[in-house]
Amino acid sequence: MRFGVVVFPGSNCDADCFHVLKNVFGRETVYIWHKDDSFDVDCIVLPGGFSYGDYLRAGAIARFSPVMKKVVEFSEAGGLVIGICNGFQILLEAGLLPGAMLRNKSINFRCHDVYLRVENNETPFTNKALKGQVLKIPIAHGEGNYYCEPDTLKRLIANGQVVFRYCNSRGEVTEDANPNGSLYNIAGIINEKGNVLGMMPHPERCSEKILGGEDGRVIWESIIAYLERGANRG
Amino acid sequence: MAKWREMGLTDEEYRRIVEYLDREPNEVELGMCAVMWSEHCSYKSSKIHLKKLPTKGPAVVQGPGENAGVVDIGDGLGIAFKIESHNHPSAIEPYQGAATGVGGIIRDIFAMGARPIALLDSLRFGKLDSPRVRHLFTGVVAGIAGYGNCIGIPTVAGDVYFQESYAENPLVNAMCVGIVELSKLKKGVASGVGNPVLLVGATTGRDGIHGATFASEELSRDGEDKRPSVQVGDPFMEKLLLEACLEALEYGHIVGMQDLGAAGLTSSSSEMAARGKSGIRLYLDRVPLREEGMTPYEIMLSESQERMLLVVEKGYEDEIIKIFKKWDLNAVVVGEITAGEEIEVFFGGECVAKLPYRLLTEEAPVYDRPYQVPEIKNLQSVNPAGVDCGEALRRLLQNPNIARRDYVYEQYDHQVGVNTVVKPGYSDAAVLRIKGTKKGIAVKTDGNGRYVYFNPREGAKRAVLEAALNLAVTGARPLGLTNCLNFGNPEKPEIMGQFVEVIAGMKDACEILNIPVTGGNVSFYNETGEKAIYPTPVIGMVGLIDDLETGLIPMAFQTEGDLIYLLGEPTGELGQSEFLKEFFGDVLVPVPPVDLQEGKKIIDLLPLLKKQGLINSAHDVSDGGLAVSLCEAAFAGELGVNIDFITSLLPQEMLFSEKVGLVIVSVSPEKANEFEEIVKASGVAVTKLGRVNGNDEIEICLNGQRVIKEKLSELKALYEGGLRWALK
Repeated sequence: MRFGVVVFPGSNCDADCFHVLKNVFGRETVYIWHKDDSFDVDCIVLPGGFSYGDYLRAGAIARFSPVMKKVVEFSEAGGLVIGICNGFQILLEAGLLPGAMLRNKSINFRCHDVYLRVENNETPFTNKALKGQVLKIPIAHGEGNYYCEPDTLKRLIANGQVVFRYCNSRGEVTEDANPNGSLYNIAGIINEKGNVLGMMPHPERCSEKILGGEDGRVIWESIIAYLERGANRG
Repeated sequence: MAKWREMGLTDEEYRRIVEYLDREPNEVELGMCAVMWSEHCSYKSSKIHLKKLPTKGPAVVQGPGENAGVVDIGDGLGIAFKIESHNHPSAIEPYQGAATGVGGIIRDIFAMGARPIALLDSLRFGKLDSPRVRHLFTGVVAGIAGYGNCIGIPTVAGDVYFQESYAENPLVNAMCVGIVELSKLKKGVASGVGNPVLLVGATTGRDGIHGATFASEELSRDGEDKRPSVQVGDPFMEKLLLEACLEALEYGHIVGMQDLGAAGLTSSSSEMAARGKSGIRLYLDRVPLREEGMTPYEIMLSESQERMLLVVEKGYEDEIIKIFKKWDLNAVVVGEITAGEEIEVFFGGECVAKLPYRLLTEEAPVYDRPYQVPEIKNLQSVNPAGVDCGEALRRLLQNPNIARRDYVYEQYDHQVGVNTVVKPGYSDAAVLRIKGTKKGIAVKTDGNGRYVYFNPREGAKRAVLEAALNLAVTGARPLGLTNCLNFGNPEKPEIMGQFVEVIAGMKDACEILNIPVTGGNVSFYNETGEKAIYPTPVIGMVGLIDDLETGLIPMAFQTEGDLIYLLGEPTGELGQSEFLKEFFGDVLVPVPPVDLQEGKKIIDLLPLLKKQGLINSAHDVSDGGLAVSLCEAAFAGELGVNIDFITSLLPQEMLFSEKVGLVIVSVSPEKANEFEEIVKASGVAVTKLGRVNGNDEIEICLNGQRVIKEKLSELKALYEGGLRWALK
């Protein structure tokens, strides 16, 4: 089992994801340079950061990088792809996930813990979580206000593609619990095929006790369990 | 007006340049001299005083004089850290001014070969009831966030005050902390005749020309004209530059590295030459330019951001250039090291400047400016007995100088890097782990200018002791400090008097607390019209926790039933407290004495108490006094307190005096005897205050009389709302 963390110019959570997979979970992990056009891994992580500075629109330039062409092929072949924060934005821009990211409703960048409710635990990324489980995971973004067309939202809900929603500590999905104005309190979605996940919160920042929380572990553990069952290799 | 005067040189300074050269300098040379002899670059007014500060200690690997100071934390690792001001640019263009301040200090850290792991910011503004101040405050915070978040270095701590004296002259002091393998430490040295000099990173434009000179003058009312002196930051470019420089250092064969900050190519080349006692020849035609038609004068003085100068071992330049190309960055050989002692500048095949590096560095003027030590006037007294303590506590908790700062730090990514163990708002200092070890470092900035204004010497001691205590309450042992000294116009004897007194106070504090100074920055001319800022020495400090598992002390009360104690002797002076200002205004009453000896004992005692398992939490008494500190520890733990003890002071004095050097700790009841014995043996005064309760209640009784009874949740709402309400 091998993980690949993509490094775009301006990625800044690449080393954090690498650290968690390699040192916390002891899994073979490699960096994939944005100019690379081949890789041999079982799961791709698109990390957070400001790829290419995000001066145009978050993720808008990254999708044109050589590596993204291969990431698209990899996902079409069933490979697992998780995009976190800027990685989620890139997946949207690349069309691997539907919808778009707008500026936070509060305008400001926000960095603090939020609560997420697991809406779908039958995915490669959440199979170790309970349905309805509440996870405390930090966010850190200025553009995390998810939006899509009403028909798309209906389809996402009907297909169980909404994986995480912002909620309060009791698991109630409320407006107050929504940190960025995201439609339907969406914090993370999956593609129809179920192998590409995008999420705004940062599970790599809460996978070690010393950092004050371990709720992010369940996501990595789910991916590892899924891959260990010998499922699809992309 | 004579050309040199336009550039900020005095007639006497110009005469000295001519005498040294034995000829008139040409325009390029004059420009180079003017920026290097500016206050900002030469420290000409402060140099003789800064020398008095202690700079040596067992942990110091690199003291003042380099791009940053370095302290040893064991395991072959060092912490590089430095603070710098960006006050003048931030007053004109708050977003870019603050952003480029952050960018500049980051480059100083990675120039040492260190990977930056944390940022801190010490900010001062006028009062928030002015729309202009709100514009400056929100702009500066957004600028810090914009740069730090994008480059991916967490902004973990700092401090902010809103005081009238900063209305026209906000202070933006940025500190960066990095980690370096000591065997790979780099210096800003140019040496080895024939070695190539590389300019890497961004292109060179016309921005920021004479920024250093601009920072060495008072702000004029038409400061808006100076807007072109403010540079524009590109954090994405700097992220690439950071990664490429660290990769190049890993590859090796780099002799020295320095960032291009104030005075751009002029200062970086002359300072590197001076450190390496070598000459440098530069060919300006090779410098990648942002715009056409730039003159040698403009190229030498440009302060375009995100550029570094590297001296590389001859023969390895192509490999180094390849690394920068991988990151899509410019990297050009712009010159070479020569055997002489001169900075020679060529353009279009002609030598356009030829100056000994000594003229630009060590020959810069040093002034012993006349000073007048300010008189301490403790003429008045107030009678606080009539003020209701509950009302006072409610008002203080929502005072913008005390209220929770989440509006600020939630705009900063304070977790990227996955090292932040104690996040902003959870203790007096931030704590970061050192991956691969059990260790952690605590970092903080401090410096309440109001106390310094009313008593410069005691105020400076206070700033140092407070920073040290803020580290100690997390369990850390202070290793070293960096300072940013913000003052008005040094040509005025009363301002220079403040400076001299502040240095004297810092010296005392550093010596008694045994904390060396590893570097820093001086920012003069923070005044507009006749109004100078409060003299504001900002102290940035780094401390070490040997084992986070056993040595980290939380701020929050932990368990219902724990006993609460006060370490240190309360003395009750209300001088310059927020309480005094809130209820009596700017009254000249005595400030509490700063007891450095007792402070030193407490700093040594806290990690010891933690290691023996005798304390469960610790929090120092600071702005707002004891009552506010008790509330902060209660809010953080979501536990109430019942306080009941005997004191000879008035309740208002006991609860709201801001004497520095007091710490509240909580102790398990079964450990109380052992705790008391050890504290008494150390010679530190100790008072049992009361206990932690599980109710939603803050109750304070003194001498058997109840003076405060409030709901915890209601007080917490005031504390959390205060700053946001002030912004509306």
